[in-house]
Amino acid sequence: MSDREWLLTEQPASRRQARLGQAYRRWLALRRNGLALVGLGIVVALILVAIFAPLLAPYDPIAGGDLRLDRLLPPSWAHPFGTDDLARDIFSRVIYGSRLTLMVVILVALIATPIGLLVGTTAGYLGGWVDVVLMRITDIFLAFPRLVLALAFVAALGPGIENAILAIAVTSWPPYARLARAETLTVRDSDFISAIRLQGASSARILWGHVTPLCLSSVIVRVTLDMAGIILTAAGLGFLGLGAQPPLPEWGAMIAGGRRFIIDQWWVSTMPGVAIFVVSLGFNLLGDGLRDVLDPKARK
Amino acid sequence: MTGLPLRSRWRDSAISSISWKIISLLVTVAVTFLGLLFITFMISRLIPVDPVLAAVGDRASKSTYDKMYLEMGLDKPLWQQFLLYVQSILSGNLGNSFLSKRPVVEDLRRAFPATLELATVSIIIGTVLGIPLGILSAVKSGKLVDQVVRVVGLIGYSVPIFWLGLVGLLVFYARLGWVEGPGRIDISYEYSVSPSTGLLLLDSAMQGQWDAFRNVFSHIILPASLLGYYSLAYISRMTRSFMLTELGQEYITTARVKGVPEWRIIWVHALRNAAVPLVTVVALSYASLLEGSVLTETVFSWPGLGQYLTNSLQVADMNAVLGGTLLIGAIFVCLNLLSDLLYNLLDPRVRRRVALR
Amino acid sequence: MTALLTVDDLRVSFPTRNGPTEVVRGVSFQLGRERLGIVGESGSGKSQTGRAILGLTPPPGKATAKRLEFDGIDLRDASVATWRSLRGIRISLIMQDPKFSLNPVMTIGRQLIEAARRTSGRAEAKDRAVAMLEAVQIRDPRRVFDAYPHELSGGMGQRAMIAMMLITEPDLLIADEPTSALDVTVQIEVLRILDRLVTERGMGLIFISHDLRLVSSFCDRVLVMYAGRMVEEVKASELAQAKHPYTQGLFKCLPTIEGDVRPLPTLQRDADWAR
Repeated sequence: MSDREWLLTEQPASRRQARLGQAYRRWLALRRNGLALVGLGIVVALILVAIFAPLLAPYDPIAGGDLRLDRLLPPSWAHPFGTDDLARDIFSRVIYGSRLTLMVVILVALIATPIGLLVGTTAGYLGGWVDVVLMRITDIFLAFPRLVLALAFVAALGPGIENAILAIAVTSWPPYARLARAETLTVRDSDFISAIRLQGASSARILWGHVTPLCLSSVIVRVTLDMAGIILTAAGLGFLGLGAQPPLPEWGAMIAGGRRFIIDQWWVSTMPGVAIFVVSLGFNLLGDGLRDVLDPKARK
Repeated sequence: MTGLPLRSRWRDSAISSISWKIISLLVTVAVTFLGLLFITFMISRLIPVDPVLAAVGDRASKSTYDKMYLEMGLDKPLWQQFLLYVQSILSGNLGNSFLSKRPVVEDLRRAFPATLELATVSIIIGTVLGIPLGILSAVKSGKLVDQVVRVVGLIGYSVPIFWLGLVGLLVFYARLGWVEGPGRIDISYEYSVSPSTGLLLLDSAMQGQWDAFRNVFSHIILPASLLGYYSLAYISRMTRSFMLTELGQEYITTARVKGVPEWRIIWVHALRNAAVPLVTVVALSYASLLEGSVLTETVFSWPGLGQYLTNSLQVADMNAVLGGTLLIGAIFVCLNLLSDLLYNLLDPRVRRRVALR
Repeated sequence: MTALLTVDDLRVSFPTRNGPTEVVRGVSFQLGRERLGIVGESGSGKSQTGRAILGLTPPPGKATAKRLEFDGIDLRDASVATWRSLRGIRISLIMQDPKFSLNPVMTIGRQLIEAARRTSGRAEAKDRAVAMLEAVQIRDPRRVFDAYPHELSGGMGQRAMIAMMLITEPDLLIADEPTSALDVTVQIEVLRILDRLVTERGMGLIFISHDLRLVSSFCDRVLVMYAGRMVEEVKASELAQAKHPYTQGLFKCLPTIEGDVRPLPTLQRDADWAR
């Protein structure tokens, strides 16, 4: 029996085989979706570029060239994306900018996911007034447009990339809490949870040891779907001068920096914009494909 | 989507009379609004700026400072301060703007119509194009048209709107000269249209000033198209998914058995059912245009809420920032409320509960 | 007796990952103005047979046949216009559950008029709709006319469905498990109404059900399906003498009031029958 047959068998012999087979089938479905593969390729490329930025970038992203000779040069072989008003190579800055983008996405996910999980599972598992209060708070956060609330937070905390990440995370968790609550409600009354309770496990232990792991996968998928939105919000904050501060090569801030030259030196703003667009399109394509694979009901 | 869980909770609840529902809705809105106030209040306490100093200026004497300190209630416990804050906001006082030296309420009243006009034209573009595209995509599901519509939608989701605005200005204003540039109206027309509604398209049309109308239209069309594209992405995607669900239902087969023509099955049978959740989608994307307007207005020097908010942010004018945030939050809540009410009106299963058994 | 409907070697297949799967595999029968029952367990392909006759095999499924004729009209690859002239006017289909088969946001009246308008003018359509609701023994037809489907009980909904499908007086009616979603007490009532209307109007009927007793009391002939195949065709009156072991098995499964059958018989299945 070949590996492929072993994975695709209708009668798996072990739980591991069944699980691997399911993962393989999902991979096959994802592979059939050409657009999703493009998205996956873009995301992988982003990660590689971020890791190998020093090797890929031909120039230093912060220190510019000769201010008399190298300012605002159009794209050429020496400077594929041109140079900006401080004579810095835009191509190198875009490459280093991928590190900031990746950092924002990862940190927001690391902060917002646990908050969402904690609030959602607690509300769903305990129910009653705890549920009502926690969900009301969630709704209040959802009542603000995300960017506007993040703006207000950054205004209070002061501009900077750390505060921008914090503000985005604070405004990102409510949907995850909703989702985690819904998932918790479906498992809360199941027999195996009752069995654990009868063994004398505490609520906290049941929540973190048994309920949370079950909610984790769907929340993670949802977070992946949100990545593009997180990138766009971070870029928006950067564009308004509230995110990463100069001279950091953050893409949104770079667009803002090139705004004055848009008519005559279009490349200064355009190149980082293309980078944001490609990366968030990548996450969107991947997320779209993942949703199709993981939610067969939506597939037609 | 704030509307959805509430709705299902109602549908399942035993108490389902419409008046009870409206009361519970209003209570929800009141609680949410109080929450909004609490968040803005907490933010205002978070800032490192001394609110007294901001109010009296840094050249004030110690006694003026102390008087202001007491006047602002800063010696009281936090919860009393919050009550004072709620009280002053309910009486329509958002404080003075440090930048414009005017009451924030007055500033917001000036800025709001500009945003309202921009958002309205955008949502019209987004809906009028987005719904038919979504239907087309659902009917031709899996075909090339569907793929194209999906990709067009995904691009709309992925592109940073402020960047698209800059590129749009570069191409359509600077290079091609098809549209007017930043701002709402040329200076030469600015004083010929007397403001009554504050919506320049409406004002100029009502006063029969067609030159001014053309100018205003030429200013609004680019930012509105870009924002419209952004909402089109969301609307067409949701329309597609709702229509696919409806077209797979049994009653569609019934209609086919009856020999109902295909166009009628799509546009009457399926769309009438899909319209129920679509109302929520359109309302939500109308609300999210406020969010998009923050960035778009900055690019287009559009004198609306978004620009007011960002300008105030640059100089840490907190009264203005919080006032603007609060207003946008309140509009968000109201639109959610509106979409819930419309949902109840549109769906006969919720509208009437007369058992005919 | 001239055949109203001729079905020869009807096959319906759906594509799957492992190639196409046939759910109906060579069904053939002829139907005059009589009642034909099609019986089988769920998944035996009986519903797909009914839908294929109306050209409503859900995509991506495909229906093929050597012959599929209704009143001399070839239904294979019939044009949109041909189907328009047949569906609703000459052939109708009653579906299982009125909860799903009636449009939830249209009043019963509008849905009835939509059907009636196929054969009559605007003014007449409304009168006919109300009259038809009366014919299915709805006591307060005006009220039901203005009601939405969710406001009706299952039995009422199914009567409205029958009214809607018979309003154009079709020549052939296909009833796909028309009473399975209803309470037992209501079932009989609805069946009686259906029975009377079919007799009065002298139309052909294909009655699809999993309930052998119901079918045998209601139809002239019974066609038994198993795994997409026709395993037997018998006169309803001669069911007790059915030859095929599957039919015998189905028949023996029916509980009787007198005499306790122990051990309870189980239905035997044999992969050979599907060959």
